[in-house]
Amino acid sequence: MTETLLSFEDALAQFDPAMGLEVHVELNTNTKMFCGCPTEFGAEPNTQVCPTCLGLPGSMPVVNRTAVESAIRIGLALNCQIAEWCRFARKNYFYPDMPKNFQTSQYDEPIAFDGWTEVEVDGETFRIEIERAHMEEDTGKSTHVGTTGRIHGADYSLVDYNRAGIPLIEIVTKPITGTREQAPAVARAYVAALRDILLGLGVSDVRMEQGSLRCDVNLSLAPAGSGTLGTRTETKNVNSLRSVERAARYEISRQAALLAAGSTVTQETRHWHEDTGVTTSGREKSDAEDYRYFPEPDLVPVAPSREWVEELRAALPEPPREKRARLQAEWGYSDLEMRDVVAAGAIPQIEETIAAGTTAQAARKWWMSELARRANEQGVELAELPVTPAQVAAIQALVDAGEINDKLARQVFDGVLAGEGSPEEVVKARGLAVVSDEGALSEAVDRAIAANPDVAEKIRDGKVAAAGALIGAVMKDMRGQADAGRVRELILEKLA
Amino acid sequence: MSLLSKTAAELADLLAAGETTSVALTQAYLDRIAEVDTHLHAFLHVDAEGALAQAAASDARRAAGELLSPLDGVPIAVKDVLATSGLPTTCGSKILEGWIPPYDATVVARLKAAGLPILGKTNMDEFAMGSSTEHSAYGPTRNPWDTDRIPGGSGGGSAAAIAASEAPLAIGTDTGGSIRQPGAVTGTVGVKPTYGGISRYGLVAMANSLDQAGPVTRSVLDAALLHEVIGGHDPKDSTSIDQPLPALVAAARQGASGDLTGVRIGVISELRGEGYQPGVEQRFDEAVALLTQAGAEVVEVSCPSFTHALAAYYLIMPSEASSNLARFDAMRYGLRVLPDGVADPSAEEVMRATRDAGFGDEVKRRIILGTYALSSGYYDAYYGQAQKVRTLISRDFEAAFAKADVLVSPTAPTTAFKIGEKLDDPLAMYLNDVATIPANLAGVPGISVPAGLAPEDGLPVGFQVLAPALADDRLYRVGAALEALLEKQWGGSLLSQVPEVTA
Ligand SMILES: [Zn+2]
Repeated sequence: MTETLLSFEDALAQFDPAMGLEVHVELNTNTKMFCGCPTEFGAEPNTQVCPTCLGLPGSMPVVNRTAVESAIRIGLALNCQIAEWCRFARKNYFYPDMPKNFQTSQYDEPIAFDGWTEVEVDGETFRIEIERAHMEEDTGKSTHVGTTGRIHGADYSLVDYNRAGIPLIEIVTKPITGTREQAPAVARAYVAALRDILLGLGVSDVRMEQGSLRCDVNLSLAPAGSGTLGTRTETKNVNSLRSVERAARYEISRQAALLAAGSTVTQETRHWHEDTGVTTSGREKSDAEDYRYFPEPDLVPVAPSREWVEELRAALPEPPREKRARLQAEWGYSDLEMRDVVAAGAIPQIEETIAAGTTAQAARKWWMSELARRANEQGVELAELPVTPAQVAAIQALVDAGEINDKLARQVFDGVLAGEGSPEEVVKARGLAVVSDEGALSEAVDRAIAANPDVAEKIRDGKVAAAGALIGAVMKDMRGQADAGRVRELILEKLA
Repeated sequence: MSLLSKTAAELADLLAAGETTSVALTQAYLDRIAEVDTHLHAFLHVDAEGALAQAAASDARRAAGELLSPLDGVPIAVKDVLATSGLPTTCGSKILEGWIPPYDATVVARLKAAGLPILGKTNMDEFAMGSSTEHSAYGPTRNPWDTDRIPGGSGGGSAAAIAASEAPLAIGTDTGGSIRQPGAVTGTVGVKPTYGGISRYGLVAMANSLDQAGPVTRSVLDAALLHEVIGGHDPKDSTSIDQPLPALVAAARQGASGDLTGVRIGVISELRGEGYQPGVEQRFDEAVALLTQAGAEVVEVSCPSFTHALAAYYLIMPSEASSNLARFDAMRYGLRVLPDGVADPSAEEVMRATRDAGFGDEVKRRIILGTYALSSGYYDAYYGQAQKVRTLISRDFEAAFAKADVLVSPTAPTTAFKIGEKLDDPLAMYLNDVATIPANLAGVPGISVPAGLAPEDGLPVGFQVLAPALADDRLYRVGAALEALLEKQWGGSLLSQVPEVTA
């Protein structure tokens, strides 16, 4: 069942895309939304459960105050109004991974509403209007075992309720229009910006690959210049930044082909397939699922005091976009350097390394080359490497003091990453210090001159560039533990 | 039989005086259950072993002088709608047959913490839906006054157990009258506390915004003693009230003096007349006259919105219930029924077959009602309107309580009807709660106190007292006064007139 597609360019020539992005963020609270169960990722299935998150008869929810606080902070960071009084509601539908067969969520009374944020694509700024950010609980996680991987046709299904009740914030944009051919890039930039804001707030791990940030892309097309909105589809499971962009692009081409052929777009849920880069039809939404929402009678309204909201507002971190601009200016990085640093998620590491006394250039050098390479090899984030910014600063300080050189520094990183201790301990244990004993160095230079008489002759004749070969020989003799600059000075002195 | 006709307060005194032990008491009640419950079916589960172990522990504490509460050692029965760890909890439904909760409801935990041995779990209409206990999936409970009659509902098991001396104390729950109406038709005392006064954690919800657990007892003082054990704030129930209970036992003792000078009593004019049995009205009027003699000032109050209470209740309650009962889907606990003739049933098919087999007709009726009332397009007309009526009823109460300290009415319009009489007429059944429902909708507390036997059928009549939210102490003062004045006339408690139970 291959869909007919219209090329992106042709699609844009005839149609204007409108998008709505719904992002679900798992909060990183210690406990779940309505019970005291831990939220740690990756525990044995069904070990982080209690009567409440299993929905056992008689159990009752109690709102997690930290989750409410996080929701308010997210709302404030997105320039939202914060409700003075709002309630939870029950969203009723049957599904085996829903312990109560209703989800406790917010419906028409979100904690935060009417906000905005700005994103930049190719130097152009787009303002994204935020409709609402509301609190809800996650469901359990179903694994359908069988050839289809879906509940239909599965041999059997396993449900892990560890995830049931994890606090979620759903952030919904208003329709994003006027982005034209930038629409897919704007979608990606928005989710990236949201991720940075959430990271800055420290309210979520925002790991798309672990599902702690999930995006649904609503997209519709209208005849170019008509100013209307067409029938939309809702593409689920879009779980990487790249996929957000690809899914939007795909839906534009797919819907355009339908409309251009005089057909119509079906209002439906679609599934995104990361591997093949296509969306496929899910359930039709035409029968407008009736969730029979009503206020959750087991919870009292959430009424954050204005004093509390203002306290939280005052304590908000600097917005990521502004912070990035400030840091780039302070650090003197080029646009390209800064873009790489941002892409690598290295800002916090570099910031802390600089705070520990390293220059901006040296901090960038270590994190973006040596350590980025190692993180890449191990398939982990920079932050997950077992080396701290303070240790990076300590290693650079050893270089600055002439106790080690860059080459030895790499070996110090090996030791620190291998858990052999602090940089100083590694230098000591591995015997990596640059030999500053002038006598030993002088003898090594003499040996090198004696072993390479022809090279020595060239230098005596004024061909100073030939010194490199002798330096190499001395460094090899000293097993790298020499200050190359001093070696060069000694060679030139002796062969003057 | 002498021990068994005593109130819990009297039993506590006997225990304190060393004239009996908790083990002896508990055994006496277990023997009584063994003797009469085959006829009455007040209990769904009896935990003899557990109760005796708790009793022995109580006796040991007494010997060591480390009592946990004034009721330490006095046994109790618990309605089967409250979760009891290690003991079956069925809610009178097949769908929960065999389910043993891994946790205690807060009420149950507080009973244990106060040292009350738990005799067992009492029968009820399935998921507390009914006014007769005939809707129990495990068969009806019979009224000890006349075993051809219903003991009220949904808490007929707890009320019958008290009336038949199978337990000195019991816990009930009241969503639209399920404590008070059984109290009325069995000649026992039943209290529905202020909404939020008793934790609902572990109470399997029918309608969360209406449900409230409370005492079912032989006397008003017993109810106050039990209320103080189970009441008070619980962090596990967000709707529980975070402030201390009023002095309930003190109010009951004050009331027992029979002096109500200065108390203003409002008779609700809407809860009289058509539909009320003459003997019920007669006993009610006599009780009001007694209260007047005791010094109370009696006024007539009108609560016009009460006439819409039943309609609003039958929208709000099923709406909440339809959502609450969605969790019974055969996936995690309770009954699982595989559909007939389906080789490889899907989750949905198993869910459907299980719910079809596991729920009784009344439960299905309310799920359908509630699902309909919440459906998009109908929500405003049904659920929304019902919430407005609820507000109006609260306003009626506010206005009435401006004129009177407590309000009074008959608890139920009739005495106990015959088993089977209203089973095929849900509306007639629903009408039995017409006087009790307004209190649930407004969250105010109420008590039913025995008012005597109706002359025409010799069956118990209940007298209802309602107080403003948080003023539960007024129920105990007025209830205890009425009880003292009536028992003086009768020369003892009404329950001393219960006939011996026979098949
Ligand atoms: Zn939990």
